[in-house]
Amino acid sequence: MSHAASANTVSQLDQEKLRGDKLKRRAHTRSMIARVLTYVLLIAMTILIIFPLLIVLITSFTPNKQTQTWPPKVIPSSFTFDNYISLFQRMPIGKQMLNTVIFAGAVTIFSVFFDALAAYGLSRIDFKGRGFLLGILIATMMIPSMALLIPVYKLLASMNLVNSYWGIIIPRLADVGGIFLLRQFFISLPKDLDNAARIDGAGEFRIFLQIVLPNAKSAVLVVAMFNFMGNWNDLLWPLIMTSKPETRTITAGLAMLTGHGSSVTPYGVVMAGALISALPLLIIFFFIQKSFVQGIAMTGIK
Amino acid sequence: MSTSLKIPSAQGAGQEIKENKKTLSRRNIRTGLAFVAPALIVLAVFVFYPTVKTFFTSLTTDRINRSGHFVGLQNYQKLFTNADFWIDFRNTVIYAVVYAPLVVIVALAFALLLNRKDIKGVGFFRTCLFMPFIISLTVASIAWSFLLSPSLGLIPYWANQYFGIQHLDLLGTKSTALATIILITVWKNFGYFMVIFLAGLQGISAELYEAASLDGANAWQRFLHITLPGLRPTFNYVVIFGLIGSFQVFDQVFILTSGGPDRSTETIVYRIYTEAFGNGKLGYASALSYILLIMTLILGIVQLVSNNKHEKEEIG
Repeated sequence: MSHAASANTVSQLDQEKLRGDKLKRRAHTRSMIARVLTYVLLIAMTILIIFPLLIVLITSFTPNKQTQTWPPKVIPSSFTFDNYISLFQRMPIGKQMLNTVIFAGAVTIFSVFFDALAAYGLSRIDFKGRGFLLGILIATMMIPSMALLIPVYKLLASMNLVNSYWGIIIPRLADVGGIFLLRQFFISLPKDLDNAARIDGAGEFRIFLQIVLPNAKSAVLVVAMFNFMGNWNDLLWPLIMTSKPETRTITAGLAMLTGHGSSVTPYGVVMAGALISALPLLIIFFFIQKSFVQGIAMTGIK
Repeated sequence: MSTSLKIPSAQGAGQEIKENKKTLSRRNIRTGLAFVAPALIVLAVFVFYPTVKTFFTSLTTDRINRSGHFVGLQNYQKLFTNADFWIDFRNTVIYAVVYAPLVVIVALAFALLLNRKDIKGVGFFRTCLFMPFIISLTVASIAWSFLLSPSLGLIPYWANQYFGIQHLDLLGTKSTALATIILITVWKNFGYFMVIFLAGLQGISAELYEAASLDGANAWQRFLHITLPGLRPTFNYVVIFGLIGSFQVFDQVFILTSGGPDRSTETIVYRIYTEAFGNGKLGYASALSYILLIMTLILGIVQLVSNNKHEKEEIG
């Protein structure tokens, strides 16, 4: 078969060349069209994606009267800071922001540390029962936390921890997903590193702290970022664990502002709150964009 | 091991090594457990114990402020004979089986577009498309509820202006509310899956594409025979993750529709929330929780099985 094919190409060489030029030109125009189409699609999609976010920004500076008129306008005829002033009068937003920082911050710091400790134990120390522990943890990964809310709430309520920082933070101090991601990464680190340190007489905790952790910086950062973002944006858990405006996180406070549990609030004020709640994460994202996106890519490759 | 060799000294040494090994392994258990302990204690109290406890609560008529009595499987019986439960169940399943494939397809499409090297401003587009993933579902829901508001929103206004549709109320209409919530969630999350796909695409070697081009494969054939198989591990992760995530829909429903109109967007988690923390019916809500748990476990097992199958195929 290959013999026949090669004979064929030799006999038609000249014609092929001519046709090749034509094909090349056609392919060129075709790729040009494809490129233009790609740009059109990308720009259209980008507008669709960004538009609602722009509306939040614009509406937060739109005088209330103008947000409640028909026909609605994209660009208002005047701008104002009133919504922000009104927001600060309506809800203890400074306190809620502080609550969120403490909640998301403490959970992130402690849980990443505990996750890393566990990941170290499960990847660098060979001990009996390790396989069993791993099995249990894998099974745990499949249990949706939302199905466990009732006993967790009752337990914390019985300890008088509703509306407290401890109550909201403690149940989140370890995260199986984080343990696995870090374990995956720790396994890939060469064993010679810690063996050399062990021969030098370093204790396991020191090896963990001074050798493995610094070498796993990127993975630690990924787990930390996901943790922080997840807790900052979480709604259901803080909603259940807090009942007063001044103990709510910003996300739960904002949800309350939209009509659940409060009278109907003007959209301008709600948008001001939405923007304030999203801004810290957006700012962080712009600073660590690259490692964040790489980190997400890393979580996908399992 | 060395007992067959009857050389006393060697046996002695062997025993010593064994002894050493024993203490070493005991020490390893101790250090290993010490490292795992903090996380394990938290998980024991807040995951293992609640997993068991929820089941026992589901067998009672417990309420939020007082304990009830044991009723066996009555809560489950009540659930299964309650039409509202089947509505919640149906909504949750519809949500999952529509959302997961949709978000995957949109994400893959834009990953393919943004994987082209001849596009300028790739970084800008990627950042923009990814942005909704950073903000909370709460903020996203608030933005869309304003845009879709039938009396204030731009979208109903434009629908009227350009398409002559009067009183467009996507979230307030039974037939469109769930679909609208799904689309909003796709809008918010596809950027995340897109980044995962981009990583997967970059993992496929360029040589494969070159070889295929030389063999005369067109773009579609290259996509079908190189890109798709190359992305299989990514698909596996993304689809299961999307499905499991969508079983837990809450925030969007809470803010956009409160389960309405007429329960058309009410999901299982939303129901757990209202039954437990609104009506105080912990027993009943626990039974619902267990159904959610079992649904998720089934998906998890499916993933394990399909993972094993793929691994076997790759070996064989």
